[in-house]
Amino acid sequence: MSARPNLIAGGVISGAVLTLAALSLVWVPHDVTALNIAERLRPPGGPYLLGTDQLGRDMLAMLMVGARSSIAVALVAVGIGMGAGVPLGLMAAATRGGWLDEIVMRMNDLIFAFPALVIAILITAILGPSALNAILAIGIFNIPVFARVTRGAALGLWTLDYIRAAELAGKGRARISTEHVLPNIANLLIVQATIQFSLGILAEAGLSYVGLGAQPPTPSWGRMLAEAQTMIYTAPRLAILPGLAIVLTVLGLNLLGDGLRDALDPRLRRAAR
Amino acid sequence: MILLRDLGLSLNGRPVLNGVSLEIGRGEILGLAGESGSGKSMTALAIMGLLPEGAELRGHLRLNGLDLLSLSDRQMCRVRGRDLGMIFQEPMTALNPVQRIGDQVAETLIVHGEATRAEARRAAARLLNRVGLPPDRFPPTRYPHELSGGQRQRVCIAMAIALRPQLLIADEPTTALDVTTQARILDLLKGLVAETGMGLLLITHDLAVISGVADRLAVMRRGEIVEEGPAASVLADRKHPYTRALVAASAHRPTTPPPPPPPGPPLLEVREARRSYPAVHSGLFRRLPPHRAVDGVSFGIARGESLGLVGESGCGKSTLARAVLGLDPLQGGEIRLDGEVVRAGAAMPARLRRKMNAVFQDPFGSFNPRHRVARLIAEPFHLGGRPSDADERIDAALEAVGLDPKHRDRFIHEFSGGQRQRIAIARALIARPDLIVLDEAVSALDVRVRAQILDLLADLRARFGLSYLFISHDLSVVRSSTERVLVMQAGRIVEEGATEKVLHNPAHAYTKALLSAAPKLKEPE
Repeated sequence: MSARPNLIAGGVISGAVLTLAALSLVWVPHDVTALNIAERLRPPGGPYLLGTDQLGRDMLAMLMVGARSSIAVALVAVGIGMGAGVPLGLMAAATRGGWLDEIVMRMNDLIFAFPALVIAILITAILGPSALNAILAIGIFNIPVFARVTRGAALGLWTLDYIRAAELAGKGRARISTEHVLPNIANLLIVQATIQFSLGILAEAGLSYVGLGAQPPTPSWGRMLAEAQTMIYTAPRLAILPGLAIVLTVLGLNLLGDGLRDALDPRLRRAAR
Repeated sequence: MILLRDLGLSLNGRPVLNGVSLEIGRGEILGLAGESGSGKSMTALAIMGLLPEGAELRGHLRLNGLDLLSLSDRQMCRVRGRDLGMIFQEPMTALNPVQRIGDQVAETLIVHGEATRAEARRAAARLLNRVGLPPDRFPPTRYPHELSGGQRQRVCIAMAIALRPQLLIADEPTTALDVTTQARILDLLKGLVAETGMGLLLITHDLAVISGVADRLAVMRRGEIVEEGPAASVLADRKHPYTRALVAASAHRPTTPPPPPPPGPPLLEVREARRSYPAVHSGLFRRLPPHRAVDGVSFGIARGESLGLVGESGCGKSTLARAVLGLDPLQGGEIRLDGEVVRAGAAMPARLRRKMNAVFQDPFGSFNPRHRVARLIAEPFHLGGRPSDADERIDAALEAVGLDPKHRDRFIHEFSGGQRQRIAIARALIARPDLIVLDEAVSALDVRVRAQILDLLADLRARFGLSYLFISHDLSVVRSSTERVLVMQAGRIVEEGATEKVLHNPAHAYTKALLSAAPKLKEPE
């Protein structure tokens, strides 16, 4: 673990963002729903560590609560993707070459054929803009990603002799998939999950930027960016801070994913030694 | 030409080689024999300058007087390929799967600035022809996946000799190949040495492979050369006890006499078994006729009998084994175990499935790396529920295969290849089956470990009254452990009979070819 700068940097950044988001559940420096026009556009310092926005709301508090909604959306979306994608991928691998495999994989191709963000906009446009619909839209596009990663990794395992031995012991495909296949591809899925998580945060920011994510007064990083756009010359800080939050979080999660891959993949571990 | 003197090597502080001194002259073949972990491959990598990180090398290493250890990485790169060539054990992974074989051979010439692209192409075609891949049958535009293992190894050889190296290092070049292919590759290497005058360092764990090929022989154990000299005299005199042990293991026969087969109906009956694989597309639209992997095979195994099944890779023996085990369905014919029909998958009742089990070839892929030994061995208990005395039976199975019951809580990566194969046998034994299918179960093991496992199998068979279906491409393995043998070629049984009779007096041309290809050690008078 000592010589893994990726893992450490990624862990520290992601950990800090998660801590701030968790902290906002119990404590924020100022109420983010209360408008205080008298205190608008305060520079950083004093009672407002990062200053206030055009409506007098505390930027730090906004960022903390915004992190919460970004993380919640991305996390649930990854959960949907894994929850549906991993079993589908395992089933496809277990029946490789069969009709089930064919159906699952062609459905995947179908979803992949649509541009993800445009369809997400379509879904939220039809169902109405809300955090819940953003989750749904992002989650659906995570399913084929996990299905494909799972199937690819599982196919390799199905050729191994210990799967033969399990078949000889009369174990069925479902049992073999959960007992022998899933634990041996878990590290790959963890890495994929971190990367999808960071993509989810990016997608949520994109959706709320165009007004299709969490609705006011709930703060979100994407909408903070959108609202700061008109004041980019007078108060650039209002755009820079949420932008920086997005970049740092995504960077941190990607580093974490990379680091986890190096740490968990036995092949890379051997090469490093 | 190449000279190693007092070569010592340690990897991360752990000593690997100690005082290794070797010499290979022009046109000479030096055999380097030893078991896995003895340091043979490390010696080869040290000469090539390809040691892993954390390696510390001492001593002298000279190529025609040039001190290789003083060269920089960049200079060593120039020596490698030009003066030193190397071929590896696994021809499946040594080639780039997306490059044509001609281009891969040509690349060596282009990288070293020896030829323009067009010249290199022509040279590559010539080289491929020389190693036995004539352009009319194997054009240089082929991809590696279109070739067999032996043909791929020929491509690797063509790459290694492209720049006419002074020394070629062959690290277990035939271990992954069938006996007949092995004989042809060894002939090719011998011919190339005689023709080009290069030196050859031939590394192997099997003395029989070296015996007909090497001029001189060095035997290595735990990083030291224990014996060295002209191959014929080293093999005849066997001065060092380790050499003696290796020779003995190579021709080993288990001593436990086979129990007399009890009367009664056969345990396994295979009648007119047929299985074909669906047609593959050739080009976009044309479908080839389905490939018949097993084509009307019939045989039986009596209770307590050990039956050998011999053939080259691709002859259908593993497909047949999968059908016998009820893993794949048959398209024709019938398999009966103990009078009941064997069906693939869930259609087979647990009661019947329990009566047989298998040991596979690869000791590394045979176990879930995340489970402990006790759980791995107990897997067959899934059939018919975990018995109340499961723990005692796990210990007993471990003891039966010569392992300490204390090992039950370890993970599989803590065991060597031979120990893993013992654990695989324990897993096959635990549900007390009648028939065990041994699919190349000892092919991946060193000769001495192989001898131990063969002894163990003979002993277990006598103790538990087991029947074996012993599948191998290696006749010497089958000779020592079976009463009857089937010879399989292209999905059909071409010869069948008592093992000794078939091996001493083969009737079919294919059996004769297999026998003459198998490397043998001559018994001294």
